Amino acid sequence: MKMENHKFRKILVCCGTGCLANGSMDVFQALKENLDPDSGIEVETYVKATGCNGWCEQGPLVKIMPDDITYCHVKASDVKEVIEKTIKNGELIKRLLYRDPQSKKRFKSHHEIDFYKKQHKIALRHIGEIDPASISDYLSCGGYQALQKAVGMQAAEIVSQIIDSGLRGRGGAGFPTGLKWQSCARQENSPKYVICNGDEGDPGAFMDRSIMEGDPHTVIEGMIICALAIGAEKGFIYVRDEYALAIQNLKQALADARSFGYLGDDIMGRDFFFDIEIVRGGGAFVCGEETALIASIEGNIGEPRDKYVFPTEKGLWGKPTVINNVETWANIPVIILEGAENFASIGTDHSKGTKVFSLVGKVMNTGLVEVPMGTTLREIIYDIGGGILKGRQFKAVQTGGPSGGCIPAELLDLPVDFESLAAAGSMMGSGGLIVMDDRTCMVEVARYYLNFLAGESCGKCVPCREGIRRMLEILTRICEGQGKEGDLELLEELGETLQIASLCALGKTAPNPVLSTIRYFRDEYLAHIREHRCPAGVCRKLTEFYIDPELCNGCGLCKKNCPVNAISGEKKEPHVISQELCIRCGDCINNCPFLAVKVK
Amino acid sequence: MAVDINQIQEKIHVIIYAYPGEKRYILAMMQDLQKICNYLPREGLELIAEHTGVAFSEIYSLATFYKAFSLVPRGKYNIKVCDGTACHIKGSAVIIDQVFNSLGIKPGETTEDGLFSLETVNCLGACAIAPVLMVNEKIYPKVSSSGLLDIIKAYGGHVHEDGKS
Repeated sequence: MKMENHKFRKILVCCGTGCLANGSMDVFQALKENLDPDSGIEVETYVKATGCNGWCEQGPLVKIMPDDITYCHVKASDVKEVIEKTIKNGELIKRLLYRDPQSKKRFKSHHEIDFYKKQHKIALRHIGEIDPASISDYLSCGGYQALQKAVGMQAAEIVSQIIDSGLRGRGGAGFPTGLKWQSCARQENSPKYVICNGDEGDPGAFMDRSIMEGDPHTVIEGMIICALAIGAEKGFIYVRDEYALAIQNLKQALADARSFGYLGDDIMGRDFFFDIEIVRGGGAFVCGEETALIASIEGNIGEPRDKYVFPTEKGLWGKPTVINNVETWANIPVIILEGAENFASIGTDHSKGTKVFSLVGKVMNTGLVEVPMGTTLREIIYDIGGGILKGRQFKAVQTGGPSGGCIPAELLDLPVDFESLAAAGSMMGSGGLIVMDDRTCMVEVARYYLNFLAGESCGKCVPCREGIRRMLEILTRICEGQGKEGDLELLEELGETLQIASLCALGKTAPNPVLSTIRYFRDEYLAHIREHRCPAGVCRKLTEFYIDPELCNGCGLCKKNCPVNAISGEKKEPHVISQELCIRCGDCINNCPFLAVKVK
Repeated sequence: MAVDINQIQEKIHVIIYAYPGEKRYILAMMQDLQKICNYLPREGLELIAEHTGVAFSEIYSLATFYKAFSLVPRGKYNIKVCDGTACHIKGSAVIIDQVFNSLGIKPGETTEDGLFSLETVNCLGACAIAPVLMVNEKIYPKVSSSGLLDIIKAYGGHVHEDGKS
């Protein structure tokens, strides 16, 4: 297989967290070392570290442009071959190409693969395509042109563009962004502030991280446009301290934006001053709530306050403040540049544009996916995600993080937007989509979320602080086989109290994981309570694994992997699990290629 | 591993005084302090109180409110097991138990020799390669119970064949 001989080839090595963990830095280093100009390579190449491609499952990913080749699972030891064959001679290395597990077909470019083909990228438009540490990369693909355009517009015109686009906050609640800006723009009080909420706390969601790591300038540009529209002079980006790479890339981007005159005094020749500071978060989930986040920036403990008065009126240090989520900011430059109408043509009646989801859990292709609002769960999980891992049964998908709920198989054709998810007892949240199979215990999932929330409740209001704890106690009892009749009714009653009486969204939405699982998976709760059995084999006190001798062919994989040597058996003979030694870790059931390990 | 506070007192002074003595920088001071000390030593917190003029009790409440901070020294190798949702449904609870079985420490604890400490974190944002754990700054993807034992061994932890140390 030969391709055109390109004089200039670009090698893009994904260096998002997923690929880094899989060893992409070694690949990157190996490429740099082996591409020494003295090594006799004639083709000019340069290697870029790009942000996350979202296709973490296949990492480390290496893209070669302009041939548009994507290599998967590249190891440092493959680098020599990549250079010899592909870079020098334009040959494809078949074994490094993505192979569709169903059709067994290999694909040259990631653009040909369903995982990418069915996506519509707005917020993630540059991720994986540009070097996040280079402002010239951003500029060369239209960066800061939206700001240029905005500088020539009236402030009110910018706000009305955002209102007309129908953009709603991507952080969870879905409040119309334009209205927020309008309300803040109308305030007389000054100074005004602009905040980017990058305190991505939802376990299972990482789109904000990916945007801040992979395209920091788009966030900055969005914030500058807002500052222009509402008359703010100072901005803050609140990022989790754990997101080291995001902080590093944002710092670089801020410094570059300053030296190019997009931040600081007299921005773009106008009498307009604006600058942005990074604040590192302290790892408190509640700080994702806007009033708590504001308190945290001020140097207080991150407790929320009641929102009789919105931050647009009294926010940071009591001044008018616009606070939006990272993904929301990433949409702003596109709306300004391409027009509100264009943006509003995508999506459903009340939810416009696209949404980024982090598709994770028991699904074949995990990673970030961006689809138009209104795409069905089935399309996301099966067409893009490639279905469930190891041919197991789909059970539920959890959306919206700890504040969301679990949606069962019957609702797979639900079009995903703010309204439909709320009607199903869940919510959009920040966009985590956690796919669960028959090996996920719904009672334990509910317990997990409440345990998380019990630790994160700030303790300021009684319903949240006490209510979550009492619900957690009941769920823990059920998971340990001590459940009793009436528990479910009590959980429902407590849940309703929390929804009504809690101060902030953390407490108000905390019962969602419990109430939605009781609503759709009542039988599973009853199996725990009445039969002292965990059908998924997760709750350890209620679980016993055994090997079905009819299905076991004695391959020995489980025996080899068992961390406590609890499995015995001869090669090619059915194996047996010793119940005394077994610690119920599930390694055997998760890895058996023949599904011979069963739950009693 | 615990650092000798006396030896780095000057360094602590420098990092705290690198910020203006305003309340809003307290979080940043604590983060930098923890980076060099591995935890928040009382002496450092007292210095922050002195520099910012904020009561020591309030500094203490901040240090205990935010999850990222530890008031006790951590081990030389800090194992952070991600217990985010994606990791959880792929078995992170088993990994946490397995750390206990092999090293005898629960989340928040440190081994007697000061070599390992264990923490759970809500989400490392690497859900696509769950379950994930970090040892200091290095991320390990798709960790299994048996894989965990290899990781512990690689850092000099003694693990017996039955998973007990």
